[in-house]
Amino acid sequence: MTTLEVNGRRVSVDAQADTPLLYVLRDDLGLNGAKFGCGLGQCGSCTVLVNGEAVLSCRVPVGVLEGKKVTTVEGLGTIDKPGALQRAFIEEQAAQCGFCIPGFMMRAAALLAKTPSPTDAEIREALFGNLCRCGTHMRILRAVRRAAKS
Amino acid sequence: MKLAASLLCLVLAAGCEAARPLPEAPPGPRAVDAKLVQRGAELAAVGNCRACHTRHGGIAYAGGFAMHSPFGTIYSTNITPDRETGIGRYSEEAFRRAMHEGLRHDGEHLYPAFPYDRYTRTTDEDIAAIYAYLMSLPPVRYTPPENGLMFPFNVRAAIGVWKRMHFRPSPVRQVADRGEYLVEGLGHCGSCHSPRTKLFAEDLTRVYEGGEAEGWHAYAINEKNAAPIPWDEKAMVSYLRRGYDPQHGISRGTMGLVSHELAAAAPADIEAMAAYVVRLMKAPTPERVARARELLRDPKVSPGGSGPGASVYESACRGCHSGRGELPWDGLALSLSIGLTGESPRNLVNVILHGIPAAAGGETAPMMPGYAGALDDAQVEAVVAWMRANLTNQAPWPDIGKHIAASRKMSQDMLLFPPGGTGTEP
Repeated sequence: MTTLEVNGRRVSVDAQADTPLLYVLRDDLGLNGAKFGCGLGQCGSCTVLVNGEAVLSCRVPVGVLEGKKVTTVEGLGTIDKPGALQRAFIEEQAAQCGFCIPGFMMRAAALLAKTPSPTDAEIREALFGNLCRCGTHMRILRAVRRAAKS
Repeated sequence: MKLAASLLCLVLAAGCEAARPLPEAPPGPRAVDAKLVQRGAELAAVGNCRACHTRHGGIAYAGGFAMHSPFGTIYSTNITPDRETGIGRYSEEAFRRAMHEGLRHDGEHLYPAFPYDRYTRTTDEDIAAIYAYLMSLPPVRYTPPENGLMFPFNVRAAIGVWKRMHFRPSPVRQVADRGEYLVEGLGHCGSCHSPRTKLFAEDLTRVYEGGEAEGWHAYAINEKNAAPIPWDEKAMVSYLRRGYDPQHGISRGTMGLVSHELAAAAPADIEAMAAYVVRLMKAPTPERVARARELLRDPKVSPGGSGPGASVYESACRGCHSGRGELPWDGLALSLSIGLTGESPRNLVNVILHGIPAAAGGETAPMMPGYAGALDDAQVEAVVAWMRANLTNQAPWPDIGKHIAASRKMSQDMLLFPPGGTGTEP
């Protein structure tokens, strides 16, 4: 049993300690924002925040998260009330298939929390580990710039 | 006291004036001897000029890489043949003098961050080849930032004092053992793999006992080397040439840059260097050999146990480091890693926190996600201490917490040298 806080809500999950956080989020908590891409920590589509730091949830066992705060893309806003980052991605239409986008958003959220006005180089560096197979990277960069300005 | 010491330095410095300037190389194209350039490229790879003379994300050999020391920051110079900002005005004689004597073409002293204490042992012939190679590079117009050193280290004459105390030009004329010659000289392995004195000279009383490089530990490469599987020549050649060996793991951090460069060195030179380094490590004791044999039979990836360290290991580490995978793409069984048996926990902590970044430019290379976000300091300390206690036969490390704090502060520049690809050819 692991107790953690997910998007501001305290939850206890009855999963084995070595279960990846991603499985717990999707299978136990019904939060399907974070995606299973490669399962090897190489594509970034499973990125969520743990205590404000971007982590690859497919490679983080839930057992190490006792008492920690997890934020997923669902924690940034809702469909009716999208958060600033989500609005920026919508306004820039920064998605094709959209599979990787929650990971990009969470990586960008970690960046903007620490560096509210990042340079282009800082944005590129922060997003380096996230892959988009559709090739919407230029729009994603614009969306992060827009979110930083808003 | 500090002032007195500084004054003494200056008085001494008065006696250590710069040397005479040398005539400039004429402008315009140079004759290119393709064979010599190729030989120079192989030797520059052994000397690993590129690692220090390239800034993070910058053009190779154009300098600007920041080297941090207790005395301030030194930026490496541009060694492309640009006449204004690089070494385009260096004649071969001036370049040879820089390598042998640590002097700039205008006669000023060079900072010993440039390892001329080791490069001085290079033959004129090898220096000529390296010169030909560097002069064949496209010139890059780039001026690195000014050094940020504190007094008296910002006075170049003070380097003259340092050189008097720590440095003798000692060019090699006749090479008896190619491996010894390259390791002790151009390869400058001791620059990282030996401890340094308070004045930042290589501590020659403890040569190859292990040192530090940009926030990474450089393990002992003498008889104190604690690799669980004692190194032999074959494994060492594999490690130096391909950046990994199946029984020892992959080379990352600052050593990752070294092995990436060495892939371009002449195979015969690597073999000679590997043979010499293995000789430095001396024959392993029968106990070490027996333990190695045992570990290769059963790397004991699941020793059991409970507690916070065991649970982090079991849930976060063992999945990839299962002992069943194939290197370099899968994780090494951690009981085989010098990261656990070595004299410092620093590299283990670095890799746990920051992972192994994907290689730049889409090259294929092993990678590992970092756990800086998921694990807090207590968890990292617990798993490191647990692995040391349960996967090695070594005494506990006393200072894990200190290394965790230091590693968390490491900048991306210091940490993530673009590691380059890992070779797969045999």
